[in-house]
Amino acid sequence: MSERVKFFPGREVSAEAFQSGSVLLTEYSTDLKYSWASGVAISKFLNELKNGKIVGRKCNRCDRILVPPRMFCEECFRLTDSWIYTKDTGTVNTYSIAYVGTDASRLKEPLYIAVINIDGASPGMGFLHLLNEIKSEKEIKVGMKVRAVWKEQSERTGSILDIKYFKPL
Amino acid sequence: MPANQQVAIVGVGASKFNTVTSGLSYKEMMFDAAVKAYADAGLDPRTDIGSFICCAEDFWDGNSITDEYMPDQLGAKLRPLFTVSGDGLLGIAHAYMHILAGVADIVAVESHSKLSDVVSKKEIINLGYDPVFGRLPHVDPRYLAGLEMRRYLEESGNTHEECAEVVVKNRGNALRNERAVYGAKVSTKDVLESEEIASPLTKLEESQPADGSVVVVLASRRRARKISDRPIWISGISWFSDTPNAEEMDFGQARYALHSSIKAYKMARVTNPSKQIDFAEVDDTYSYKELQHIEALGLAKHAGKFVSSGKGDPDGVLPVNVSGGSLGMGYFIEATPLIKVYEAVLQLRGMSGKNQLPNPKRCVVQSWRGIPTQSGVTAILSR
Amino acid sequence: MPRKVCVIGAGMTLFRRRMLETPKELAFEATRMALESAGIERKEVDTVVAGSAPDAFDGVHMKGEYLLDGSGGYARPYSRVFVGGATGVYTPIAAWWHVASGLSDVCLAVAEEKMSPLQPHPQYAFWSIFDHTIERPLGVTLLWIFALEMRRYMHAYNIKEEEIALVSVKNKANALDHPCAQLGAKITVEDVMKSEKMVWPVKRLDVSPTSDGAAAVVLASEEFAKRLTKDPVYVAGCGWNIDSTYWTNRDLSYPQYLENAARMAYKQAGIKNPRKEIDFAEVYDPFDYKELHHMEGLQFAKKGEAPKMTASGMTQRNGEFPINPSGGLLGVGNPIAAAGMMKVCEVYFQLTNQAGKRQVKKEVHTGLAQAWGDLMQYSSVLILRRN
Repeated sequence: MSERVKFFPGREVSAEAFQSGSVLLTEYSTDLKYSWASGVAISKFLNELKNGKIVGRKCNRCDRILVPPRMFCEECFRLTDSWIYTKDTGTVNTYSIAYVGTDASRLKEPLYIAVINIDGASPGMGFLHLLNEIKSEKEIKVGMKVRAVWKEQSERTGSILDIKYFKPL
Repeated sequence: MPANQQVAIVGVGASKFNTVTSGLSYKEMMFDAAVKAYADAGLDPRTDIGSFICCAEDFWDGNSITDEYMPDQLGAKLRPLFTVSGDGLLGIAHAYMHILAGVADIVAVESHSKLSDVVSKKEIINLGYDPVFGRLPHVDPRYLAGLEMRRYLEESGNTHEECAEVVVKNRGNALRNERAVYGAKVSTKDVLESEEIASPLTKLEESQPADGSVVVVLASRRRARKISDRPIWISGISWFSDTPNAEEMDFGQARYALHSSIKAYKMARVTNPSKQIDFAEVDDTYSYKELQHIEALGLAKHAGKFVSSGKGDPDGVLPVNVSGGSLGMGYFIEATPLIKVYEAVLQLRGMSGKNQLPNPKRCVVQSWRGIPTQSGVTAILSR
Repeated sequence: MPRKVCVIGAGMTLFRRRMLETPKELAFEATRMALESAGIERKEVDTVVAGSAPDAFDGVHMKGEYLLDGSGGYARPYSRVFVGGATGVYTPIAAWWHVASGLSDVCLAVAEEKMSPLQPHPQYAFWSIFDHTIERPLGVTLLWIFALEMRRYMHAYNIKEEEIALVSVKNKANALDHPCAQLGAKITVEDVMKSEKMVWPVKRLDVSPTSDGAAAVVLASEEFAKRLTKDPVYVAGCGWNIDSTYWTNRDLSYPQYLENAARMAYKQAGIKNPRKEIDFAEVYDPFDYKELHHMEGLQFAKKGEAPKMTASGMTQRNGEFPINPSGGLLGVGNPIAAAGMMKVCEVYFQLTNQAGKRQVKKEVHTGLAQAWGDLMQYSSVLILRRN
């Protein structure tokens, strides 16, 4: 039986062959465009970011305040009940430091990334954002208290980027 | 002979179908359909449903790995769920196997279209072609439909006028279906004189985009009888893929529909479909496709004459796409056949409203995955 | 009653940074090898299931339809299942229900991935796995979420980077014995610690490479399998589970979805004590910490204790409880869906004593393959058993 598992097929293309163009390539580039409807919950969330506020949704059955907000509770499978404004402060749930960008190239300055649990939402509820105004990398800790730094009101567009970043409190 | 009664549809739900659904996100639209389907079945997804199946393709949703975004709005958090990269009827086929394999007694299948979110529709179709051979620069990617239509008409002897009759019938049927968004009174002249999109195919012969989500709940024989007093049985289901290469396709006949229907009929013990099937919901993405599929499914030998003589009308011998089909209800990408299943279930339950047929017992629902594929599913539903 | 299902053959291509074959050709090579190893021909195959990760890598819409002739799906009932990174182990699970349901006797499961076509870098495709409204604008990459999860795991159980690095050292060394491996190497913990920082705590040598490759297995009913061998390899259990999309609301230190998936598979397999009743496992390891995370989710180790088990040498190929004797994704390579299927192939090769230099020392009867995917929220688990 093992004679049947001896030869493994496939031909590798070396980096040299690829770069010298000795293998033929068909090039194609595309740019797919979408205009996603943000929906009821995220539209409200974005509009409130524009106002400098973070809003969540409350489910009365499990008594959770959900951030980011949704119109349905995934635990209870029912419509959520009301809008609840949270604070714009929070706690670092976890963080990392990015030295490479989306295409795997090196960044000039590292980016500090964190999942932030928002004060006023249920424990463990939060979203992904950036950290800045960090004096030293050693300063960043899981459990660190942070506050949102907002764009000027006139510059806000109803985007997650209306919060520039979070900084240590 | 009693029908194959191993798996039944015990609940259906749909969001409101529309050309644009700008107020709701796809998640909110899916939640709407799911709530209705679970209410119809009288089940709680958090405790009662053992397996969830979504039917989607990445580029249509605009998310790589659409599966990520499915669980919450279906009540599937921390439950078994998977995505099949296929149409809604293929999802039903997998649900059927899940129940027979003992994965779960109750399975929910979801599919949706949010085409109003998609700007680059044509480019996505283009990306379905082979990257080296299939993508023709500066040619509308629907060229393959034009090529197929011409060859099909040549081989079958059906005429372009008869294709136009399909459009007249289906958009007229849609006028009597309150869920349909493309109901209209059109003439064959209107159809034939509308702009050509891939000669000979004209603009009015192509189904137009619509938004919507459908959820179907299926149950094993044992559970179905307890859950529903009107279970709709999946008495046969099969799927088939022909070649993906345009150069090798048999444009003269839809072999995927032929071969999948042979197996589905066998499972359902249907030996003479034109006599034993009460109505049909077949793929009509393009006008000629309905004719091609009627023939492949053995519903009529000469589909053109069948349609033009009124045999496929709601009061004909074998109504085809009484819902309005895709030409009348809209094109819902992967959800298209699940919407046909939804309509067929309402018909079989006698709840179809103005387009209700008198006492139908058995129907065929059939899908095609669109250009450039030759893949599709056939299912027989009965009560 | 569902029918008993067996694995009757397996095949795979080399895993490399860049392969000459097109995706269809890669799928064909793996499929052909799987059929040959089973000793059957395509005409005996009733149905085919394909697995492949995002269409964005190949830039082909409906990639399943594109791959169908290469995968042996022409003129067959054919479908593609897609659960992100968990697809490779999920594809044979789908093949299992094709046979268990009685709808087919022989089902082929094929997984293919060609990541190299995407320029300038395959990582770019991962950007579009994130939420289009509240995450993509931040410039998020796949590495971020791994780093965030790794950091949370380290924090929750006070685990050091050096303890995690041991996984990379073990798997890359195991891969030296795998003829298909892309990155087999003899490295040290220090090498991992000194390797280029990517998204801290993730460093270059904590990560599996991007790769091209394909793998396939053939599943058949017990009746069919017994015509080929007296002592077939059975599918003993399958499980899968998905957690919420809202990953920033979850406890990242523990994969609850994997525990659920594992319990589903254990129940089917009649396994009460997985650590004792399973002989070895191919655990998903796209990053070194994931192997540890997954050992805990699979109930092989208590929460936070997988690093100790690793440090004790127990998970070495010749240890008491070998984990990733193949070399894993860290060593063999990570053509996403094909990498998961490679693990299923390895379990099959080990159980049938065909793993060559990689054959684990102890006698093995039960092996487990696991993969993980979507937004850190999905797991698929497959258990194979030979009497």
